[in-house]
Amino acid sequence: MKKILEIKNLNKKYHQKTGEIEAIKNVSLTINEGEFIAIVGPSGCGKSTILSIICNIEKKSNGIIKFIKKDFKIGYMLQDDTLFPWLTVLDNCLLGLEINKKLTKENKEKIISLLTTYGLSDFIYCYPKTLSGGMRQRVALIRTLALNPDILLLDEPFSALDYQTRLAVSDDVYKIIKKENKTTIMVTHDIAEAISMADKIIVLSKRPATIKNIYNINLSNKSNPIENRKAKEFAFYYSQIWKDLDIHV
Amino acid sequence: MYSEEHKTYLQKEKRNNILILSTQIIIFILFISLWQLLVYFNIINRFIFSSPFDVIKTIINLYQQGYLFNHIFITIWETTISFTLSIIIGTLIATIMWWHKFIAKVIEPYLTILNSLPKVALGPILIIWVGANIKSIIFMALLISVIITIINVYNGFINTDENKIKLMKSFKATKKQIYTKLILPANLYIFINVLKLNISMALIGVIIGELLVSKKGIGYLIMYGSQVFNLNLVITGIFLLSIISVLMYYLVTYWEKKLIKYQ
Repeated sequence: MKKILEIKNLNKKYHQKTGEIEAIKNVSLTINEGEFIAIVGPSGCGKSTILSIICNIEKKSNGIIKFIKKDFKIGYMLQDDTLFPWLTVLDNCLLGLEINKKLTKENKEKIISLLTTYGLSDFIYCYPKTLSGGMRQRVALIRTLALNPDILLLDEPFSALDYQTRLAVSDDVYKIIKKENKTTIMVTHDIAEAISMADKIIVLSKRPATIKNIYNINLSNKSNPIENRKAKEFAFYYSQIWKDLDIHV
Repeated sequence: MYSEEHKTYLQKEKRNNILILSTQIIIFILFISLWQLLVYFNIINRFIFSSPFDVIKTIINLYQQGYLFNHIFITIWETTISFTLSIIIGTLIATIMWWHKFIAKVIEPYLTILNSLPKVALGPILIIWVGANIKSIIFMALLISVIITIINVYNGFINTDENKIKLMKSFKATKKQIYTKLILPANLYIFINVLKLNISMALIGVIIGELLVSKKGIGYLIMYGSQVFNLNLVITGIFLLSIISVLMYYLVTYWEKKLIKYQ
C-alpha cells in the first residue's frame, strides 16, 4: 500500500496564563492510501487537536507531518454540520470551490450529480433548514468532497445525531467514502462506531495523548457498518479497546 | 382535512387572538374617552392637559398652514441620515476591531466610558463646535447611536460560530474571505436588530438635537409649544413622534422578513 501521510513524534502544548498543558505527546502515525483509520480516546484527550494540526488550523509544538505530494488537499468535516443557513444546499457545497477560485461549470455539474447520486436532488435549491439531520450530514460530506481531497478528516461527525439516525448516517457516509475511494481519518469517542467502520483503530491515552494501542480490524464478512456490528469478532475488539481506555467514573 | 380536535384548537387560537386585539383597542378607546371626558367635565385643566379633540384640531391647523408634513419629513429625514451613518460608521469600526484584536483590546475601555456617558451632556459643546444647525442634530443622534452599534456588531462578529470559522480555515480561506463569506452574512440578523435599536436611539438623538437648536421638526414643535405654553402643540408633537417611531419600526420589520428568507 502506498503511504500518503506520515506523522512523526508530534507534540502539542497549549499555553495559558495558569500554565502549560501538554495535549499530545510523541504521536507517530503512518496513513496508507485508501485506509479508513479511527482514532478513539477518552474525551478531552486531544484527538480532535491531531486533526486540526494535520489541517494546519492549529500549530504543532514540534514533530513532523509529511505529505506525499506538494499540493496535498485535505477535507475536514466537523461534528456540527456547519452548513451556512443563508446559502442553499448547492451553494453550501460550492463554498470550498468558490473560496479556492475553482468554481467552474464542470465542477458545479459534478457537485449537482453528486447531490443527485446521494438522494438530494429535490433539495439542491433549498435552504438547509428544510433538511433532516442525516441529510445535512450528507450535504456536509459532499461539500467536503467537492475539492476532491486526498484525505478526509472526520471529527466526531455523527455525535450531534440521535442513536438511530447515527447508525443510518454512518452507514450512508461510509458507503459514500468507499465509493469515492477516499482515505479517511475519523475521530470518535464511540468504540462501536470505530470498530464497525475502520480498518485500523488507534487508541489514545488520557492527556497528554500518546498512542496506547493500534488494532487492525479484521472482521469476518466485512461489509457496511451496520452489518459489521454483527460480526463475531466485534465483541472481542470492543472489550479490548474498552480495557485500553481504562474509563472510571 | 383536519380532525375535530384540531379545528377546536384553531378556533380557540383565533378567538384568543381576537380577544387580545380587541382588549388592546378597548384600552386605547377608554384612555382617549376618559381623557376627553375629564377635560369636558373640567376635572382636569384643558389648558395644561390638552384633549384628544384639541390634538386633532392642532394637526388639522398645522396641515392647513402647510407645516405638518414639513415637520414630520424633516424629523424622519434627520433620523434616517443618523441611523444610516451610525450603521455604516459602527460596522466599519467593529470590522477594524474584529480584524485587529490589538486595536479592539486597546479601545474597549474607551468604548465602555463613552457608552456610559450620557451623551445629552455633550449637547451644548456640540452646538459650539458644530454650529446651531442640522449638523449638530445629526451629530447628537450619531453620538447616541453609534457606540451601541459598535458594541452590538462587534459582539456579533466575535461570537460567530467557532466551528464555521474552522470550516472556512480548512478550506484555506483568507481573512477577507472569512469576513465577506461568513462573518457578514452570519450577522445579518444582528444588523437588523441594531437597525431596530438604532431607530429609537437616532430618534432620541434627533429630538434632543431639535430641542436644542432647530427651527423645524417634531422636536422643535414640542420645544416651541412649551415656550409659548401651547400644550396642544406639545402633546400633538408627542403623538406624531410615537406614530413616526412605530412606522419606522415596522418598516424595518418588513425588510427583515424580505431579507432573511432562510429562517
